[in-house]
Amino acid sequence: MKEYALILVSTILVNNFVLVKFLGLCPFMGVSRKLETATGMALATTFVLTLSSVLSYLVSSYLLVPFGLEYLDIIAFILVIAGVVQLTEMIVHKVSPLLYQVLGIFLPLITTNCAVLGVALLNIQKENTFIESFLYGFGASIGFSLVLILFAAMRERINVADVPAPFKGAAIALITAGLMSMAFMGFSGLVQG
Amino acid sequence: MLEAILVLAGLAIVFGLLLGFAAIRFKVEGDPVVDQIDAILPQTQCGQCTYAGCRPYAEAIANGEADINQCPPGGEQVILELADLLDREPKPLSEEHGVEKETKTVVVIDEEVCIGCTLCIQACPVDAILGAAKQMHTVIAEECTGCDLCIPPCPVDCIHIVPVEETLETWTWPYPADESQDESDQEPVEGANHA
Repeated sequence: MKEYALILVSTILVNNFVLVKFLGLCPFMGVSRKLETATGMALATTFVLTLSSVLSYLVSSYLLVPFGLEYLDIIAFILVIAGVVQLTEMIVHKVSPLLYQVLGIFLPLITTNCAVLGVALLNIQKENTFIESFLYGFGASIGFSLVLILFAAMRERINVADVPAPFKGAAIALITAGLMSMAFMGFSGLVQG
Repeated sequence: MLEAILVLAGLAIVFGLLLGFAAIRFKVEGDPVVDQIDAILPQTQCGQCTYAGCRPYAEAIANGEADINQCPPGGEQVILELADLLDREPKPLSEEHGVEKETKTVVVIDEEVCIGCTLCIQACPVDAILGAAKQMHTVIAEECTGCDLCIPPCPVDCIHIVPVEETLETWTWPYPADESQDESDQEPVEGANHA
């Protein structure tokens, strides 16, 4: 039980995928303009990341390893991720057309969110079990959601703040992201791994 | 080798079936009326109907907020097709939204006078104006829809309207105007094909 909690703390705070491992930066910068879209994106990514983490674990341990096809893991995982993203897109389109319109191109782009493939590959590398890979994927997506929503909230504030002209827009956003990243580095040492 | 192919093909088939099932299960009932109206509109995105583009205008028509006679670029042809689609009475083009042009026009920029202010580039709804700040601009004639939205912002009045000359490539038989009105009851698609 303790190690499960440690996995969650580790992926959410200590080894945060965005701010410490620097994976998934594209949606982090791209959809953090508004809190509402960021929340939607966070939910969609949470769903995709968790599901694809579990599915890619299953594919890996029941298909690839028994046939000795570990060298195909990247292409197989990409297949899994693409399928899950497509499914998510259909569900979002059905359930919330507004969110579908707001997320726009970023929804199919979850496919190319490197955090998703990163989690699947790290699961194999760390030799995680089924529950561990579920928690690893879930923790990673919660960590992603956490920083995405925090960052979006900050950017909304920064929009109305008196920023010096040369730093307006993307520049101050990148500086903010850097400061956030440094703050998250402060968690290192909390958990090993 | 064979295993690898079979495993990947199997995976792809499983996901394909799953997605195919999901496509039916989560089928989205789009608003086909809006799509149909949007298909009739000329897609100049000129905003003369007071909406932000052809799609918003199509949505407004479908919601009953806008009338069908607010599209000057489409003119009588579009009004007739819309009236036919929506089963409403055709009416003349609303004057407050503009007048239909007799001939197709495009704009040209007098490059001697242009000061490169980029105001017309920002006004162009179809990105038909090429140029950069303090460089002279020019109009891509094939892209220009003749909406004339770039004329009011120009500070030096260097944009002029010119009619498009008919060449051997662009000439077509004139539409039998009165006939198409009568036929439109039976064959609504007929006019759309010509347009």
